[in-house]
Amino acid sequence: MSVVPGSDPPKVSPLYDPKVRSIAYQVVLCIVIAFLVYAAVSNAAENLARARIASGFGFWDVTAGFDISQTLIYYSPQTSTYGRAFWVGLLNTLLVAGLGIVFATILGFIIGIARLSRNYLVSRIAAGYVELIRNLPLLLQLLFWYNAVLRALPDVRSSLAVPGGVLLNNRGLFLPEITFHRGGTALLAAFVLAILAAIGFYVWARRRQAATGQQAPVFWVALGCLVGFPLLVLLTGQLSVAVAYPELGRFNIRGGVEILPEFVALLFGLVVYTAAFIAEVVRAGILAVSRGQTEAAHALGLRQGPTLRLIVIPQAMRVIVPPLTNQYLNLTKNSTLAVAIGYPDLVQVFTGTVLNQTGQAVEVVVITMAVYLVISLATSLLMNVYNARMALVER
Amino acid sequence: MAGASIKEMDPEHGVAYVREAPIEALPPPASERGALGWLRANFFATPLDAALSVVLLLLLAWIVPPLLDFLLFNAVWTGKDREACLVGPDRPEVGACWAFVRDRFAYFIYGSYPVAERWRVDIFFAMLAIGIVWLLKLNAPRRDLGAFYFFVIVPIVSYILLNGSEMLGLRRVDTAVWGGMLVTIVVAWVGIVVSLPAGILLALGRRSRMPAVKLFSVIFIEFVRGVPLITVLFMASVMLPLFVPEQWSPDKLLRALVGIALFASAYMAEVVRAGLQAIPKGQYEGAMAVGLSYSQMMRLIILPQALRVTIPNIVNSYIALFKDTTLVFIVGIFDFLKAIEAARIDPIWSTPVTSTTGYAFAAIVYFILCYLMSAYAKNMEARLAVADKR
Repeated sequence: MSVVPGSDPPKVSPLYDPKVRSIAYQVVLCIVIAFLVYAAVSNAAENLARARIASGFGFWDVTAGFDISQTLIYYSPQTSTYGRAFWVGLLNTLLVAGLGIVFATILGFIIGIARLSRNYLVSRIAAGYVELIRNLPLLLQLLFWYNAVLRALPDVRSSLAVPGGVLLNNRGLFLPEITFHRGGTALLAAFVLAILAAIGFYVWARRRQAATGQQAPVFWVALGCLVGFPLLVLLTGQLSVAVAYPELGRFNIRGGVEILPEFVALLFGLVVYTAAFIAEVVRAGILAVSRGQTEAAHALGLRQGPTLRLIVIPQAMRVIVPPLTNQYLNLTKNSTLAVAIGYPDLVQVFTGTVLNQTGQAVEVVVITMAVYLVISLATSLLMNVYNARMALVER
Repeated sequence: MAGASIKEMDPEHGVAYVREAPIEALPPPASERGALGWLRANFFATPLDAALSVVLLLLLAWIVPPLLDFLLFNAVWTGKDREACLVGPDRPEVGACWAFVRDRFAYFIYGSYPVAERWRVDIFFAMLAIGIVWLLKLNAPRRDLGAFYFFVIVPIVSYILLNGSEMLGLRRVDTAVWGGMLVTIVVAWVGIVVSLPAGILLALGRRSRMPAVKLFSVIFIEFVRGVPLITVLFMASVMLPLFVPEQWSPDKLLRALVGIALFASAYMAEVVRAGLQAIPKGQYEGAMAVGLSYSQMMRLIILPQALRVTIPNIVNSYIALFKDTTLVFIVGIFDFLKAIEAARIDPIWSTPVTSTTGYAFAAIVYFILCYLMSAYAKNMEARLAVADKR
């Protein structure tokens, strides 16, 4: 209510006083919500008592007794607990989400830039890819990759041999396994050293360029370090490596690393799907950089590559990164579709098997939701920090 | 520069070598014009471009003919069972088994809905189609009536129609036998009908000055948006029955509908909020200055403008919702995709090509529906852009 100076505030009945009304609304809302919560809790307690399900998290330490087809940490159906199964599922989720994010980013950037290509064929094919993939449900795509492509591959005895000792059949993808007998640490040290040297050179080159204007071939030197140092270890004979190629047995494949077809299908499907969305994000970001920037860069004599790399992309990143993280979150959340094709992710293991075995519906669903909620909130927190740092500083 | 002025500039040396009149412009080089020029500019501008074009052409030549062979030329169009789609002496190559789709078409549309009662589903589809056309055609008469029809009349009538009612002499049809496209449409449509009003309320709540309302809206929106749809569906299907008295226990389809509606509302709230934020502050102040109450201001001034600019985003979130309806499959609802899954492993039609055919059919259906929606969204966006320019 606005008050004219020197006059009494107009008298209103409390029924029309905005303050009174607002408090009344809120009180009503709180009462309604409290009532709903109370009804839900008391009904749940009654229903659980009738079904003789003990509530609480006691099941966490009970032996699970079911097998999981892919475990990144030690897990045994006889001795491991439901809690352990939770961690196995969570790690599987994080594995597929992490790899998916890396590959989807690479593919998405390529397609997004391709959509803006002057080459008619390139831009049309990229646009066709985006339209097709974005208009099909992810679940359909996953089922297609899993049931119609991977399951339709030849069986073990007639595996497809991919160059490099890789075998592909309807049981999954079999990669050669590399084991270091000696010199594994030396190789690791060489890699670390190479990375440090490359970073050092980059810093030195940046300083020199700032001081003298001379450029240095940072990329080639870094590549040389990364290839050269480990090669040096190899040449000095410090390394003894055993490569176990997967071999065809009578019914199965011996040796090598086995990658589940469910994992391949899920990863492939998520990457293909998310890349289409990332491509749109990238395209929008690049288009958001005004054309004058490109023209100015050309006028300064920069070629197409450096223009994109030094002028356009850094400015586009400001627009790209927030929706990009959104896509990363979507990919992580979409990895729950693993349950449809049987990849043992958090939902399949925990919300599926553990829930069915224990009947602890409330606890299991709450824990699962909490995990994804923590991931989402942590990401958006990081995003806010990033946005605050990258916001355009206007002078 | 004109010759005369140069002469004045340098009188000593003279400028006899300078042309007095500009020469005729050369015609553009032949390679820059016509089909050849277009090809050059679009396909072979640089060596890299040329290489890319060749590689992509080869890729297309590698993918497209086999795809067309599979979908059309080698496809089997008629047949009664799997025999029709098996490789035989007269048919060395078998493409898509469309005979399978034709045979199971009714199953894909209605699921196990009783054959004698399927006219009710047809009427439901027709009512829905009328409502959609009425709402989407911008120059259709009485669109406010259309909204009332779509959001109020159709839900009530179709509930009675599909579920059955003894009073009207319609046999009761349990939701357990609903299936196929019917369920997909019902799920998507309930999501659409609930999410728009709920989303508007939540968006207004999030921008409200009342702390309790705001807190509740923010918690709800952020919570639902932070978790995957599957967990919401699991929550609805395993926790919801616990939260209500046993005799009220909702059936499976209703649980999934609750899950979808909650999920869609939270996303819709963010879409609407973006629209509300796009309205300049002056509109609010103007509305208050002429003495409108909060609900009048929202109903008459703010929401009409906010929703207008948000239509493309609303449609886009409907596309996402439509694609997401496939997830109800995981909690055991018999939607379109599930009908395809069930039919594809049926031994009567079990052939090497059945799975691919089924997925191809599903892909075509989903693509067409989603593409139409996104085309509408793009069209609206273009219209709004034109309207804003004036």
